[in-house]
Amino acid sequence: MSKKVGVVGVGYTGFSSVTPDVSWKEIMFQAANRAYHDAGIDPRKDVDSFITCAEDYWEGFSIFDEFVPDQLGSVLRPTCTVTADGLYGLINGYMQILTGLMDIVVVEAHSKISDLLTYNDVLSFAIDPVFNRPLIDLGAHPYYIAGMEMKRYMSETGTTEEQCAEVVRKNKLNAMSNPSAGYEAKINIEDVLSSEELFAPLKRLDISPLADGCVVFVLASEEAAKKLAHDPIWIKGVGWASETSWLENKEWGRAVYAELASRQAYKMANITYPKKVIDFAEVDDKFSYKELQHLEALGLCRRGEAGKSVEEGAFDVDGVLPVNTSGGLLGVGNTLEASGLQKGLEVVLQLRKDAGGRKLPDVECGLAQSWRGVPTTSGAVAIFEV
Amino acid sequence: MTENIKKFYGEELSRKQISDGKITIVEHSPKVKYAWSCGEAMSRFLNELKEGKLIGRKCNKCNRILFPPRMFCEQCFKATNEWVYIKDTGRIMTYSISYVDTHARRIKKPILVGVIAMDGASKNMGIMHYFDEVKSDKIKIDMRVKAVWKRKEEREGAITDIKYFKPLGE
Repeated sequence: MSKKVGVVGVGYTGFSSVTPDVSWKEIMFQAANRAYHDAGIDPRKDVDSFITCAEDYWEGFSIFDEFVPDQLGSVLRPTCTVTADGLYGLINGYMQILTGLMDIVVVEAHSKISDLLTYNDVLSFAIDPVFNRPLIDLGAHPYYIAGMEMKRYMSETGTTEEQCAEVVRKNKLNAMSNPSAGYEAKINIEDVLSSEELFAPLKRLDISPLADGCVVFVLASEEAAKKLAHDPIWIKGVGWASETSWLENKEWGRAVYAELASRQAYKMANITYPKKVIDFAEVDDKFSYKELQHLEALGLCRRGEAGKSVEEGAFDVDGVLPVNTSGGLLGVGNTLEASGLQKGLEVVLQLRKDAGGRKLPDVECGLAQSWRGVPTTSGAVAIFEV
Repeated sequence: MTENIKKFYGEELSRKQISDGKITIVEHSPKVKYAWSCGEAMSRFLNELKEGKLIGRKCNKCNRILFPPRMFCEQCFKATNEWVYIKDTGRIMTYSISYVDTHARRIKKPILVGVIAMDGASKNMGIMHYFDEVKSDKIKIDMRVKAVWKRKEEREGAITDIKYFKPLGE
């Protein structure tokens, strides 16, 4: 049985607000084709299993699994959908290989959210229909939930709006060096602070805008990777957790799901002091404060210190712990189910020294973390190493 | 309902109990709307329908003509190579005589629905559509059929630009 699982190929499209030139099948084909070229494999012969990460409501199809095989090269092959973020799909692929049943597994996640004209209504449909949704029906946009969370997080930790704004400045600046990013910009924190208040304390620029895009990973067992003559990026540890669907009962100031998922991943990777081992991280930043809250949950900085650290430049590309060098979701765009895999992608590119103008020197271990967005209290973590 | 059900305790739930609010329920209707970008292949296909034409794509590796067209071949996993017009005639692969409509209501005149293997396209390439001008006891597998199109000014770039398929009567 294979004990190690590695990433032997990645493929991706650019991320942008609209993609009218390609259908949702064509965007998947593009990324898949590039991933297979990168891995040097023929999907019609070499791949044992295919996994897509998709939510039917985002897609507009019931039983979306059925619409996947053509564009992934998985016709007449084992194929399934994981109804969750891309890192959950990665973890499923990882486990399939660890069972010894599969040697090479493909994981795909995409967003074609520009095809959905009623994003807010689908989001509302994720809210508890008895206890919470009636309030949404009266008129409140579901993102107010993030506003409440930011308020409580700032109150518990002393984090300031200026510090959250600093996350936006940093990530959008990082995105300037990422040709795939959709929302790169050179702005200062004043621009963020003076942007329109939407769900106070959340302002317009604190919120990651939606984007289309697709990411495909090719995973392989150690033996299969050797045959492909690759230096894979190894998956050292994974974890995932959910807190509660009772919004009233959750920890508003903490990201408990990220605390639990990361502890599981650290344990698997034999990491006792994550700050010493993790060289850089891509963490969920669907909202500016989330990056800070997540970094604290992951144990990559002390609780209440992330805000101060970001102000001091600790998470800059040349800081002690570079965070979201890709530009994060604030700079790349929020690709929903693909966002976790986009984070994994950046970690892999950095570890392969393939990150172009944003390349980090001397990195050996990186962490990718995802959150499934409002209104969830769920997320996953994956740790990668050269 | 069988006699056996009398052995169990409880009472049968009636539609009236629900409409009278005796059963506690919460209702909600999702408001969802999509506008799928069609991409290169589907866009060309739909625009050709407006012209009363059917178009496919050829893969130069397996030499199949894929219809409806796609920009990649699912068997060879490569980009397809060229546009090929196909005929609006074909052969019935399979069909069903549907006596029930979309809302599960019984209808008098049955709807004949089936898949047509189109002339000029490769094996297992065709279109799903209605049949008409044929009695339900006369329709059969392998029957030769031809598209009956809407008038040009009525066409809108949808598969319903073809009204139905009718027997060729060869």
